[in-house]
Amino acid sequence: MTSRTPFLIIVFALIVAGISSIYYRHVEMGVPLTAGEQIDIWQIEAEIEFTGKNEPVNAKLTLPKDPKFELVDEFTASPAYGVHVFREEDKSEVVWSKRQVQGKQTLYYQASYKHTLNPVKEPAPADEVVAELWSEPYQSSAQTLLNSAIEKSGNQQFLVLQILNVIKSDDQNVALLLSKYSKTEIFVQLMQMAKIPAMMVRGLVLEDSRRNQQLIPLLKVYINNDWQMFDVENGELGDELPILVWQQDSPSLLDVVGGRNSKILFSISHSTQSALQEANSSATEGDFFDFGLYHLPIDEQNLFKGILLLPIGALVVVFLRVLIGLKCSGTFMPILIATSFIQTELVNGVVGFLLIVSIGLIIRSYLSHLNLLLVSRISAVVIVVIGIIVLFTVIAFRMGLTEALTITFFPMIIMAWTIERMSILWEEEGGKEVLIQGGGSLIVAVIAYLMMDNYLIRHWAFNFLGVHALIMAAILLMGQYTGYRLLELRRFKPLAED
Amino acid sequence: MFDFVSPFKLRERGIMGMNQRNFSYIGRYNDRALYPNVDDKLKTKNLAIESGISVPDLLGVVRFQYEVNRVFDILNEHSGFCIKPAKGSGGKGILVILKTDENGYMKASGEYVPREEVVRHITNILAGLFSLGGAADVAVIEALIQFDPTFKGLSHEGVPDIRVIIFQGYPMMAMLRLATHASDGKANLHQGAVGVGIDIATGKAKRAVQFDRPITHHPDTGKSFADVAIGNWDRMLTLAAGCYEMSGLKYLGADIVLDKEKGPLVLELNARPGLAIQIANGMGMLPRLKHLESLDHRRTASIEDRVAYAKTHFND
Repeated sequence: MTSRTPFLIIVFALIVAGISSIYYRHVEMGVPLTAGEQIDIWQIEAEIEFTGKNEPVNAKLTLPKDPKFELVDEFTASPAYGVHVFREEDKSEVVWSKRQVQGKQTLYYQASYKHTLNPVKEPAPADEVVAELWSEPYQSSAQTLLNSAIEKSGNQQFLVLQILNVIKSDDQNVALLLSKYSKTEIFVQLMQMAKIPAMMVRGLVLEDSRRNQQLIPLLKVYINNDWQMFDVENGELGDELPILVWQQDSPSLLDVVGGRNSKILFSISHSTQSALQEANSSATEGDFFDFGLYHLPIDEQNLFKGILLLPIGALVVVFLRVLIGLKCSGTFMPILIATSFIQTELVNGVVGFLLIVSIGLIIRSYLSHLNLLLVSRISAVVIVVIGIIVLFTVIAFRMGLTEALTITFFPMIIMAWTIERMSILWEEEGGKEVLIQGGGSLIVAVIAYLMMDNYLIRHWAFNFLGVHALIMAAILLMGQYTGYRLLELRRFKPLAED
Repeated sequence: MFDFVSPFKLRERGIMGMNQRNFSYIGRYNDRALYPNVDDKLKTKNLAIESGISVPDLLGVVRFQYEVNRVFDILNEHSGFCIKPAKGSGGKGILVILKTDENGYMKASGEYVPREEVVRHITNILAGLFSLGGAADVAVIEALIQFDPTFKGLSHEGVPDIRVIIFQGYPMMAMLRLATHASDGKANLHQGAVGVGIDIATGKAKRAVQFDRPITHHPDTGKSFADVAIGNWDRMLTLAAGCYEMSGLKYLGADIVLDKEKGPLVLELNARPGLAIQIANGMGMLPRLKHLESLDHRRTASIEDRVAYAKTHFND
């Protein structure tokens, strides 16, 4: 007996490869586990306007760097400008430049963003917070506010909430501070005085069909080991609208050298896209787990969608024969019948199959009287099958039964062989055996069809090639199964009784 | 419909299932290259003659279409014979002509067929209708078996045969297969033939089943199976055990018939014998297979020793 170790290693390797490929495709590339999944895509357009002063222009727009969002694609429209997009570790920006600019100018930057699948957690602030002191009497007022807030709160979380409340109230100290600073500035100052890391950022509220929007000032506060955002000016941040943080740390959003009256406005529109389509279009060329399947022409892709269902059918056949013990004629004939069922739909398929086989059997029984040699007889049956299909299609069309037209999808050679085999079986073992084996084949074909036609299984078979490694492993393991088949438990029952 | 038995109970009784047969015995013990020795009946016959295994006489071989009419010359000499495809399986394509008279050619069932029917049958064999995968085949013409009177009243319209399973050269389990009206003269149990379990030690019947259920009398002739005993049992076992050397297959089924004059003859060998023999014997094969696997096979015991070993260890 040969060692089982290499076999088990192969099976194990297949399982590992299958699962890791599925994991990679789903988690890293974002291929959804279910076919219909949609993802949100936010399309943001920044419109920059300025007036040229008849001199060289360098317009620099800081681009968003929000770990919660991922850039899908970007696009700039700006006639006769040289455009460069710089992306570096700590900042990214787009720069337009032109030698001579005169009059009113409009530049566009358009980008689509989607939510990142696995947002990287932003790092904790590195340095100890040191508050810069404000001039008097503002510093004293701030200190008074902070002291009373600390008094009324137990921990950092409540302190932040308390300060938020205070800033909104009509406290005298607040009124004094507001005469010089904005709410956001006051808040940052109080946070820093309380040694809580906080910073001002500017972000864009993502709401569908919004035009002429501006970045709003927001506060990012590091509490409970996480950065939290607050909108101090307008009260609480609603959870329903996502916010894209655009500007953080960088001194300016827009920097136009050689122009004046520059301003920037944003428009936002929302769309959904099939998550599958998005994942595949963002897959890099030559991705290892892809084997370039998605870069094939659509026709070939559709062909593969069919071919990649065959392993599912094979799995069903192996399962039904090795584990259940169902009898069917021909090992893989049922899979081919099942693939034609996919084209014809189940009821049409079964009816068509029964029609072709039964009429074929009648004609074949006549052919057997002609004493033909085997090869010519099967060829004759092939032609008869084609004849039956043509006849039915024409009759069905005349009668207006368009469903019956799908009968043409049956593989004719396979049908001819099926008829031949059934006919021999009939002659030798009688009609009963034909019913048992033909029925068995039909049951296997129907079960294989139901599996292969399943929406989810089709999605998995094509989009997660790792599934096929798992099927292979399962088939190999079943090939070593030496236990009883289900139907044997019935067959051998008398032996266990007496 | 859902009348199942626990697999543990079957395992406990040593019943071998199809998967285990295919994987653990046929796949492991039978060398693929040796299959033609049993799958091609002409080759089997030649091997048997070389190794001194008794087989029905070979009357002729039809290899080509133009030779078909030769069978009628043979028929003139012998009156009756049996036409088989060399590569047929499961008893398919066997035509038995008992005698020739003015009505035509009489089949085993007593039905007469015209000359054209005989020609057509041979043509079908040559075209490969009965062979696995439809490969071109040859027709083998064999002498008829003269029924041994022991089996009188036991078989309906067919030749009774004895299936012996031989593992590593040791005859291990046996059953007598009797055709019935339900089986249409065929000896296949799934078609309704009766299987009678035979005690390896004595050659006596143990129990009988039809359609997997125990019976005591033949459904057509009404004869009791209780006192069936196969004559010349030692000769039968020796013949079966010799099939191991002849075919080289370690897991093997031999179909043996009892001829009135010539004694036991090997009719056919099978590299994939079925599992119904367990039902006929009312016991599983695994204990005996395991027992034989545990023996030391480095030096092959003589046929006589193997038969003697089987008779002492496999008595019921």
